[in-house]
Amino acid sequence: MDFKDSPEEATFREEVRAWLSQNVPTAQELDGLDYIGRAKLWQKRKYDAGWACIRWPEEHGGRGANAIQQVIWNQEEGKFDTPDSIFAIGHGMCAPTMMTWATEEQNKRYLPKLASGEEVWCQLFSEPAGGSDLAALRTRAEKDGDDWVINGQKIWTSGAHYSDYGVLVVRSDPTAPKHQGLTYFFIDMKSPGIEIKPIKQISGGANFNEVYFTDVRIPDAQRLGAVGQGWQVSLTTLMNERASIGGGGGGCNFDSVFDLATRVNLDDEPAIKDKNVRAQLATWYAQESGLKYTGYRSMTALSRGEIPGPENSIGKLVGAPKQQDMASFALDLMEASGAVWDPELSEAAGMFQLTYMSSPGLRIAGGTDEVMANIIAERVLGLPQDIRVDKGVPFNEIPTSNS
Amino acid sequence: MNFEFSEEQDMLREQALGFLTDHCPPSVVRKILDGDEPFDADLWQKVVDMGWTATVIPEEYEGLGLSYLELSVIAEELGRALAPLPFSSSVYLATEALLQAGSDAQKQEYLPKLAAGSSIGCFAFSEGGGQTTAKSLKTSAAGGKLSGTKLPVADGDVADFAVVLASADSGDGASAYLVDLSGGGVTRETVKTIDPSRSHARIVFDGADAALLGEEGQGWTLLENVFNRAAVLFAWEQVGGADTALNMAKEYAMGRFAFGRPIASFQAIKHKLANIYVKNTLARSNCYFGAWAISTEAPELPIAAATARVSAIQAYYYASKENVQTHGGMGFTWEFDCQFPYRRSKLLATNIGSEATWQDKLISAIEADRAA
Repeated sequence: MDFKDSPEEATFREEVRAWLSQNVPTAQELDGLDYIGRAKLWQKRKYDAGWACIRWPEEHGGRGANAIQQVIWNQEEGKFDTPDSIFAIGHGMCAPTMMTWATEEQNKRYLPKLASGEEVWCQLFSEPAGGSDLAALRTRAEKDGDDWVINGQKIWTSGAHYSDYGVLVVRSDPTAPKHQGLTYFFIDMKSPGIEIKPIKQISGGANFNEVYFTDVRIPDAQRLGAVGQGWQVSLTTLMNERASIGGGGGGCNFDSVFDLATRVNLDDEPAIKDKNVRAQLATWYAQESGLKYTGYRSMTALSRGEIPGPENSIGKLVGAPKQQDMASFALDLMEASGAVWDPELSEAAGMFQLTYMSSPGLRIAGGTDEVMANIIAERVLGLPQDIRVDKGVPFNEIPTSNS
Repeated sequence: MNFEFSEEQDMLREQALGFLTDHCPPSVVRKILDGDEPFDADLWQKVVDMGWTATVIPEEYEGLGLSYLELSVIAEELGRALAPLPFSSSVYLATEALLQAGSDAQKQEYLPKLAAGSSIGCFAFSEGGGQTTAKSLKTSAAGGKLSGTKLPVADGDVADFAVVLASADSGDGASAYLVDLSGGGVTRETVKTIDPSRSHARIVFDGADAALLGEEGQGWTLLENVFNRAAVLFAWEQVGGADTALNMAKEYAMGRFAFGRPIASFQAIKHKLANIYVKNTLARSNCYFGAWAISTEAPELPIAAATARVSAIQAYYYASKENVQTHGGMGFTWEFDCQFPYRRSKLLATNIGSEATWQDKLISAIEADRAA
């Protein structure tokens, strides 16, 4: 056992490091740009040098790199202060779906511009009546000549307001059983009839949107998969969602709460002297360490050209609740000041309060804790699926919240 | 990145798993639990014949000279089988103490016998009534004679010799001694424990002959060094046992029907088993780090050992209690095997310092690392 790169990996890491150290945007270059402008500037620079979406084939704008090279790239890029990405969904979920289901001509047209950051993509899946039970979605698609006409509403769409394209799953046949009446498209987000409304979150931010469709027309050529095959196509997207959304290790973690416990007092001593504080912190350290070394085991599998085992599926289920609990604990450590959320007055400029208020979303986005536990139970442990009362029933006869 | 066991180590695991499946099924654990035998002597001899007691002992002392990665593999499988053996006392503790602090003469005397399994060692430090520290030690030694009471001593009733911690006026406040348990001035009796498949004793020393192990006043430092290594090996046993509990729960839930369906199809059960899997996986990955740290003599060992120990204690306890819960009333019966991991998880959790003790050690190790 060792943590060393193979000679090929070490060479690749050197190459990545050398390029990053010369090309990460400076503060002056980013000055005056908003987060979208900054993200696009950085993405274009990577693309022009052949460092964007490196696992994609070269003809689609990538580098044809292997999985371990992608990990090395991510590790090295993570060491630099680079603009936050707005492309995670486009690159991580929309692109793999296009590569699997779109025509070669479509991929030649869309993927390079997605890789370069020139065009941003979003994912239009969840609906007010279809969240964890995604296939319960009700937005309608009706065929009209060579077009489809879309009516309905999507929700929780990250980045819809700055996206150029989106992937969309809708109901084309309400008389078929739930999973069989769906069809999948990609859509121009500037199409007439699309209305986007931001959703204000409990954290005060507005990363998500409601997207309304009123007689929006999509050419049939933008259908991915057969009519009625939308669920299978959606699974391609969702499989990649779990691969692209990580455990959320930043912000409130062992290091930041440990440091806080050395600064605030408990019983007239630094809180870190307190046995209960130490015990709680030790448990979180062990969890973080467990996630880190689980990642190393997966990386070893990649390095050997193997597919990582199912152990990596635990990241989000462990990481999201941990962030929430650690933030809650940190606020408690501050006693009455824990309630103060003011960058001028709060410890760590209010990071703990921000994590407290935003972590409930982490436990829901990209599959709730409960959905993640079901996935582990069913796909890893091989336990039976839940019994479903809507199985085989025509969609328009399934009881709903309103009936 | 090569954070995995080698092919040879994986083959050793296959061999160990196959051997213990054949020779240490639950009926063997039950036989020791129900009977008067302190451990399974037949199984011990077979394990010795496999060379497991000789794993990390250098070849010059008639051992196999293998690494702690091999011993980790064996520990996990012994834990998975809940083997009723004095392996941890003799191999992770007594052998380690001699490897760490023994003079060449002491090594020559003890290690070949430990490797051959003809001598069983134990580690006598606890004096009952909560945490034992260098300061709290009442056992004392003077002029080569040792007196005091140790309780409990894992495998103290079956061991041939003990490494005993006694108070010292100098150094870290303790010295370690080697005491022959069949000699004069030693009385011992088996004590009842929550896990009768692993024997424990009270040992009363009354002027027993004792040979200093290591330097005077360096006993507690030796204990810490031995425990850091043992913590990783205990953690592997715990992770192996936690997997056994998960598999028992899973198999039962798949076969047990209620309300017309397997109980494994209810989310209350699915989420419980998923949570066990998550905790076991985190603990196993920490054990990897611990195994790496011992096998490379890494300075990270105190952190790695405490991390593995804390997460393995938590994982095994959770898996073993929720396995009983998944079985419902049947899990609470003597007839079912759910009791084995439930008993063993708490025994291993308390044997070389509890969860709270190791949580504190972990934060202390992190503080020391940051101060350096």
